[in-house]
Amino acid sequence: MADPIRTAALTLNAGGEDRIRALDLTLSATGTTVIMGPNGAGKSLLLRLLHRLIAPTSGTIHSTGRQAMVFQRPVMLRRSVEANLLFALRRGPYAQDAANKCREVLTGIGLNTRAKQPARSLSGGEQQRLALARALSLGPEILFLDEPTASLDPTATLAIEKTVQRAADANTKIILVTHDQGQARRLADEIIFLHNGQLCEHTLAAEFFDAPTSPQARAYLAGQLVL
Amino acid sequence: MHEFTEAFRLAFALVLAGDADLIEIVGLSLRVSLTAIAVACFIGLPLGAWLAIARFKGRGAVLVVVNALMGLPPVVVGLLVYLSLSRAGPLGSFGLLYTPTAMIIAQTILIAPIIAALSRQVIEDLHAEYDEQFRSMGLSRREAIAALLWDGRTALITVALAGFGRAIAEVGAVIIVGGNIDHLTRVMTTAIALETSKGDLPLALALGLILLVIALTVNALAMSLRRKSHSFAHG
Repeated sequence: MADPIRTAALTLNAGGEDRIRALDLTLSATGTTVIMGPNGAGKSLLLRLLHRLIAPTSGTIHSTGRQAMVFQRPVMLRRSVEANLLFALRRGPYAQDAANKCREVLTGIGLNTRAKQPARSLSGGEQQRLALARALSLGPEILFLDEPTASLDPTATLAIEKTVQRAADANTKIILVTHDQGQARRLADEIIFLHNGQLCEHTLAAEFFDAPTSPQARAYLAGQLVL
Repeated sequence: MHEFTEAFRLAFALVLAGDADLIEIVGLSLRVSLTAIAVACFIGLPLGAWLAIARFKGRGAVLVVVNALMGLPPVVVGLLVYLSLSRAGPLGSFGLLYTPTAMIIAQTILIAPIIAALSRQVIEDLHAEYDEQFRSMGLSRREAIAALLWDGRTALITVALAGFGRAIAEVGAVIIVGGNIDHLTRVMTTAIALETSKGDLPLALALGLILLVIALTVNALAMSLRRKSHSFAHG
């Protein structure tokens, strides 16, 4: 199990503007943390900072353990479904038994009959399922997901959510960015609500949805425009 | 007009009869150019991929130089290789001047920058798409280059083809460093130049026809490979 993720005065300045402003956070080592907020709030930037895809302008991040990330638009290698999965399996804890694990995972996500097909010929939902399976094949202790179901239908969304929930149940720390309040209610243990790069709320999911304390979160949950 | 018709008739006859001299010249041309393209790809593809993903001070200037080298004049390359390999040159002790190896060296110098510059562009586009995914997976630069070269193979076939086209049609450098010696360093382009100057049009035309057929065959083969690879990669 990874240590809790901590940030201190985490700041990102881009184009002369502070996009993330002095965030002090401590995220629990397990469970699902959902990052919410209106467009431009800095949700995806925070996710990338925590995953160290981008470097902060100032401040620190403390995290340990293997990490993986699923992007909003799945990045499929120009290879078969099977080769996409093997690419990750050979880099993770299942490297010694990658071929068998690959068959097992493909069966698990319902893509075993399409193993030899080009990954880019899959539908959006199938590609995202494969991207999620590929990320989990790395054996992450922390899994970052950036709006993984943003363009998927309810069936595909449900399949992704089930897999994410299974990973969380197996003690993988999940950090998920979503606009979907229903999804946040279904998956979240705790919520981080951002607005203009600032932390407005960081609380348990039930408390956030029942009694949000910040006016921005109240407006957001009420479906009002948050400017 | 009759002379032209006769020349074409004789050219076809030479090709159909499998003339020994003709086969020898074609064989050497292919050996030299295919070896040069293999060596140039071995150097140029990783170099192009590295230039695509590396960020360092002066990268812009390096890219300008590599791009400019695509237009290297063959006779200048021929002259420089000649000076290097001649008895008084720094590599004179190897005794490579007027050998097929000298021709391979000259052609490699000509086409390696083409391979590097064109593959850099191909890989840079692919890298923009894969970068975050690869960094998320913790790939080293070497692993990323290998994966990018493999996934960019469809477009890189065309890059290699462009290099081969330049090599097989090149005459200026190979005539200087090879000397166009019969049964030793005579290739199709140098033979065409020589036979045309002698007025022996049938042999020149026969070689010209074979050169065209090789160009068409290589293109067709590359297109077929590219189509197969493309449909596999993209579905």
